[in-house]
Amino acid sequence: MIRVLLPLPVVLPLLAGGLSVVLGRHQKLQRLLSVLTLTAGVVVAARLLYEADTAGPIVVQLGGWAAPAGISLVADRLSALLLLVSALVLLAVLLYAVGQGAAEGRRTTVAVFHPCYLVLAAGIAMAFLTGDLFNLFVAFEVMLVASYVLITLDGGAEQVRAGMTYVVVSLLASALFVTAVGLVYAATGTVNMADAAERLAELPDGVRLTLALMLLVVFGVKAAIFPLFSWLPDSYPTAPSPVTAVFAGLLTKVGVYAIIRTQTLLFPGDDVAASVLLVLAVLTMVFGILGALVQDDLKRLLSFTIVGHIGYMLLGLGLYSVAGLAAAILYTVHHIVVQTTLFLVAGLIERREGTSSLARSGGLQHVTPVLAILYLLPALSLAGIPPFSGFLAKLGLIQAGTADGGVLALVAVGAAILTSLLTLYAMARVWSTVFWGKVASVVPDEDPSDAVVVGTERTPALMLGAAVFAVVGGLSITVLAGPLYALTSRAATDLMEPASYVRAVLVADEAPR
Amino acid sequence: MTGNLTLALTVGGLYTVGTYLLLQRTLTRIVLGLGLLGHGANLLLLQAGGPAGGVPFVGSPAGASATADPLPQAMVLTAIVITFGVSAFLLALAYRSWVLTGEDDVQDDVEDRRVARRQRADAAPPVRPEDEL
Repeated sequence: MIRVLLPLPVVLPLLAGGLSVVLGRHQKLQRLLSVLTLTAGVVVAARLLYEADTAGPIVVQLGGWAAPAGISLVADRLSALLLLVSALVLLAVLLYAVGQGAAEGRRTTVAVFHPCYLVLAAGIAMAFLTGDLFNLFVAFEVMLVASYVLITLDGGAEQVRAGMTYVVVSLLASALFVTAVGLVYAATGTVNMADAAERLAELPDGVRLTLALMLLVVFGVKAAIFPLFSWLPDSYPTAPSPVTAVFAGLLTKVGVYAIIRTQTLLFPGDDVAASVLLVLAVLTMVFGILGALVQDDLKRLLSFTIVGHIGYMLLGLGLYSVAGLAAAILYTVHHIVVQTTLFLVAGLIERREGTSSLARSGGLQHVTPVLAILYLLPALSLAGIPPFSGFLAKLGLIQAGTADGGVLALVAVGAAILTSLLTLYAMARVWSTVFWGKVASVVPDEDPSDAVVVGTERTPALMLGAAVFAVVGGLSITVLAGPLYALTSRAATDLMEPASYVRAVLVADEAPR
Repeated sequence: MTGNLTLALTVGGLYTVGTYLLLQRTLTRIVLGLGLLGHGANLLLLQAGGPAGGVPFVGSPAGASATADPLPQAMVLTAIVITFGVSAFLLALAYRSWVLTGEDDVQDDVEDRRVARRQRADAAPPVRPEDEL
């Protein structure tokens, strides 16, 4: 019974996306359809997580073809957990977007937004659930093609310029991905990840390392790790706030998930790859956060903090221990929620002030104290101030790093602490320029004809409600950190012992549930 | 597995030309470069399936060993369709860029423009405050 549910997070949004195009003229129906679909996604993901946690990985062989030849969908603890978090974030951002669109009452972009958003949701779910390397490529493409449309939604000069960079970089990474899949197939004769895990172990070390690093480069572009990150702060801020928020929260994390999955399942325990990951973690953290310090635009500043904080997840993976991976997964969950929230709040600030420039904002705490609180809570969490979830996840990483005791690990821990302090500085700078000081005059909307209205005092209840929902979500990670950490520890144990995953996929049909 | 030298050289050639075109500043060339790179990757994937063979039907008279490997072909077909769709989008985007700017070049990014403005400001003081934004 539960196996029937497994394809639903992919199939439902895809079907609804098609239906949504048909409903293009009926905005209310479109909205209702999207909300219902993504709500169903949350319910299904929660059920899958419960089953995967209590009864082990859930596997479905698509089309009834047995594992190495057909495509497998697998939900283990890691996939199911990230699926649930992403489903919640997608729903929150959708409500925010509906709030924004409903308040504007324009129809230009809305007709395309909903179908693309649903396809994006399907792509993200497929990337988390697939157990097949080529299918992972397809999932990335589904997700990216939807994101190409969303990022260039307004079609203005700035969106087209930034979108061009984004599309070209993503396409280059996709070509590399096909190359890597081709080479894996040439070396092992399979693209099923569980099957490839067994066969890759028999290959010479050099070949394995080459394949591991090629896949790392491919996913490194998507995850925006150093030195492949420069497209991200350039392209993300130009899109409308809800789009940026969902990209910031989820797209890079799908890349991180793919790195974690491939490095632990396909290339376990490779010392060279682990060292490379630690070095990249240090560079990603330091360069990302240094970039954030000098930005004047709030959305660009936040985009650089995404890059910096991807480094923490790499750090946990590079340590290659249960404690490190558990903290990395917890950090991923925390970062998805908190970073999305910050972008949603940034959208509210921009709407109020008419600009996202720090220099032209000021005194917002006198105007809207609610917004100040909504910003402060996730910002402190991102910076890692106790008792928020960012602190707990960082503490886990630092403990895992010191337990490892290697020179590289200790350097990485030092970089992590430095990055945390610099994040606090960047967040405090935003606080002092935007919320403190003299009340700045509202900047009028530069382009009143586009879909995003800024410089208005009206904040739709739905936008505010969605932002509050996201903030509360971030706080609940703090409250539930104990059980959540226990869950991520179990997920990390699974990752460190891929045999159970491999067995579940390859001999799934022997014990049907 | 045995490879096909002609195919391997073609793949190498496509990657070379594709990379060269990608490094150009003209959008049209970048689009063409990405297309060639995609074809190169697809051919490589096809090559990974081993030598060509008979039609891969179940129960084919030639026997399982003499048939071609159908899996890479299925994957390449998928990849071709994706490349096709994305190329169409990329062309539309390049056209939109041309309509908006009148140029077929990659536009400078925000950071580049800021650095250029700062250099101009250093060369010719006094600086107006809004230039520094």
